[in-house]
Amino acid sequence: MAFLSAHFVAIVFYVLAVLAVAGGVGVITFKNPVHSALSLLGTFLAVAGLFVLRHAEFLAAVQLLVYAGGIMVLFLFVIMLVNVKRVSPESAFLSRRAPLAVIGGVVLGALIAFGVLAGSLGRRGGGAAALQTVQGHVVGNTEAIGWMLYRHFLVPFEIVSVVLLVAMIGAIIFGRKDAGLEGRGGRMEP
Amino acid sequence: MIGAMHYVILSLILFVLGVIGLMVRRNFITVLMSLELIFNAANLNLIAFSDRLGNLSGQIMAIFIITVAAAEAAIGLGLIIALERLKRTVNLDDANEMRG
Repeated sequence: MAFLSAHFVAIVFYVLAVLAVAGGVGVITFKNPVHSALSLLGTFLAVAGLFVLRHAEFLAAVQLLVYAGGIMVLFLFVIMLVNVKRVSPESAFLSRRAPLAVIGGVVLGALIAFGVLAGSLGRRGGGAAALQTVQGHVVGNTEAIGWMLYRHFLVPFEIVSVVLLVAMIGAIIFGRKDAGLEGRGGRMEP
Repeated sequence: MIGAMHYVILSLILFVLGVIGLMVRRNFITVLMSLELIFNAANLNLIAFSDRLGNLSGQIMAIFIITVAAAEAAIGLGLIIALERLKRTVNLDDANEMRG
């Protein structure tokens, strides 16, 4: 029991890390897109838990609401709309160039890891207290983020709203029936 | 003691998984899921360094990344719908009109 309490954060971290990596492996190996989506959901939940461990409680809530709630439902809706049965199994799963891709990915990861281990992580700062204080008063993480967002990052915040508007218009135009994408018989005109 | 380095390594693993998924999978939906994995890896790094450096800006950046990821998912899924309507498939290898 003393071991458990002394190493609680480490144990939780390793459990969540294994869950996140297992979810990621599931995303790229499951044949069925629904199974991939569900294991992606596992990764999202584990990452939200990891956010809490790093004193980012507000972001953990945002992760749950936006990713697990919004984006995941969007994915599942599209999987339902699209007939995934038409994707032939041999082309849906790992193809013959898969080993090359895996080797390339591992080499890329090794290069980045070499760069990370050779560099330094920067000076340790104020820790958790700095993430929860506003002008010397201890408030919650959410209030501190609100102050930061609306005092120092107001212009990027407004620009992001334009990004969302453009994305919404684009998604609507792509989804329209008369978007000019369809030729005769569902084939593209030459 | 779990430090920022643990988070960087975990984020690296998730990023590499996402990149491998981008290269290996030919199903457009799964490719978009791999992209979400990469976004999550970036967010993990930002949160870890925000905690280590005691600077709240990293969490703000993570909020912006989540927003852009949501916009990207909406556009990408709209593209899937359009591709399915046009070609009756979501296989990326079948969308090769722009090949020279």
